[in-house]
Amino acid sequence: MTKVLMKGNEAVGAAAIAAGCRYFFGYPITPQNEIPEYMSRELGKVGGVFVQAESEVAAINMVYGAAGSGARVMTSSSSPGIALKQEGISYIAGAELPCVIVDMMRGGPGLGSIQPAQGDYFLATRGGGNGDYRMIVLAPADVQELVDLVIEGFDLADIYRTPVMILGDGMIGQMMEPVEFKTEANKELPEKDWATVGTGGKRKPNVINSLYLQAEDLENHNIKLQAKFAKIRENEKRVEKYNIENADIVLTAYGTTSRIAKTAISKLEKEGYKVGLIRPISLYPFPNEAYEEINEDAKGVLTIEMSSGQMIDDVRLSLNGKLPTYFYGRTGGMVPSPEEIVNKVKEILGGDK
Amino acid sequence: MAIVFEKTKGLTDKPTHYCPGCTHGIIHRLVAEAMVELGVLENAIGVAPVGCSVLAYDYFNCDMHQAAHGRAPAVATGIKRVHPNNFVFTYQGDGDLASIGAAEIVHAAHRGEKFSTIFVNNAIYGMTGGQMAPTTLIGQKATTAPYGRDEATTGKPIRMSELLATIDGAVFVERVAVNTPANIRKAKKAILECFKVQLEGKGFGIVEVLSTCPTNWGITPVEAMKWLENNMIPYYPLGNFRKPGEVE
Repeated sequence: MTKVLMKGNEAVGAAAIAAGCRYFFGYPITPQNEIPEYMSRELGKVGGVFVQAESEVAAINMVYGAAGSGARVMTSSSSPGIALKQEGISYIAGAELPCVIVDMMRGGPGLGSIQPAQGDYFLATRGGGNGDYRMIVLAPADVQELVDLVIEGFDLADIYRTPVMILGDGMIGQMMEPVEFKTEANKELPEKDWATVGTGGKRKPNVINSLYLQAEDLENHNIKLQAKFAKIRENEKRVEKYNIENADIVLTAYGTTSRIAKTAISKLEKEGYKVGLIRPISLYPFPNEAYEEINEDAKGVLTIEMSSGQMIDDVRLSLNGKLPTYFYGRTGGMVPSPEEIVNKVKEILGGDK
Repeated sequence: MAIVFEKTKGLTDKPTHYCPGCTHGIIHRLVAEAMVELGVLENAIGVAPVGCSVLAYDYFNCDMHQAAHGRAPAVATGIKRVHPNNFVFTYQGDGDLASIGAAEIVHAAHRGEKFSTIFVNNAIYGMTGGQMAPTTLIGQKATTAPYGRDEATTGKPIRMSELLATIDGAVFVERVAVNTPANIRKAKKAILECFKVQLEGKGFGIVEVLSTCPTNWGITPVEAMKWLENNMIPYYPLGNFRKPGEVE
């Protein structure tokens, strides 16, 4: 298949349609507007439905209705809008419905800014809504990976009956790169025999619900959900590792910042430094084992984020005190430069190569 | 022996949790009978709200969703857009529809979503124990209006049917009550008419049903029927506000 040059946000829409998504419910917010715009233009051509909801709250509840009715469905937003969707995401997780949610992160807190940021890591990986739930969170670093993860995200959502979040940022949403769309044909997915389609008089009613008034019942439901999350942790970790066995220092970053880290690494290598990289692709489940493989003689692990330090909590939990941890972050829509990272590494290593 | 009356197949056999004298049971039956009479029960998908009727998903004998507080019209939008040929309805109370879900109901009507809403107005938050609703009458006591609803600080009760009737997409809007056998018969007729509007693909329809809450009003079921007639109906006039054909 030939590659086409596409903007990240439009590629999200094209990937969703390639994956068989025919329903999109959204609300405008910068920097992800090209996603609903693309869907409003393209979904009708393939027999799908686009609805511009009255709010993010309504949009995610439309997703809940459509997902419960058995459809492949997506919504997208950016940080403050994703915050509004948390109610619906919790219900979707509780009722075990599949859907894909795209968050093209921008600066925060509050109305924040419209420039790229990574301040929604906690919101995404800890479950921003109420109750004990997790969802699969995938963090692409380029437009091709964005496309691949959106397509895969729909399958993961169906397999585990869970919301899947694609956690990008304004940079990935706005940049243009060549992409191709690869869909796996005939992938076996579970039947949606739980969906509301009308009983047809042939079975008992299906009910989409997250309410369990008896404490024993709700605890059992939670135990079942936790077993599912454990299975997700067992099977769905995704990570890119580079030179972690021989490194003096290992950088770790996801999404946009991982690309800047890579540029910093090639600069440092030219100067004779031995620098490794761990790039989590799945943020939940977090690829903690990768950190156990780091060379024991390394001086430490430097986490780089466009936040004040959120993923670093998972890095520390993964290292469990094995190595010192360092942090470099920019916030508010400021993007770290490779030189800033190079300088930070030199500061940590104190001139040792 | 000839059967002259039987329980509708539109309801399950599960005993309801409603308080004695509550009219949810009557309204459930009317909705269920209407679905059976129109032959849509087997392809119906309903949406239950948060509030006293949260467990409606256990009582209606059709596929159901339970929705977040006030969001039933958004959930129903998602369902109906996926299954345009199924019969889709929401069943909501006044706290759910007129307060927290005001945006969702207004915009479902505004888009002309082709589903039907049963709006049960008992002028109070029942499930949470009798707090003031936007529909609580002036002077009516509630646990968050212990001295009676005060217009100066809480405004006047909101009339949702009149409000929705100003929206072109709402092609059927009628207010009924279930306090007398005659009114119950009129309510059934309105529900049937509202559902037909959906089946004919004409747009959004809503029936507001004035209902009682003896428990939280603090009076007997019989007194509650009288209170509804003497206090609610004068403020919330019964009748049709919109029918197909009247919409330009």
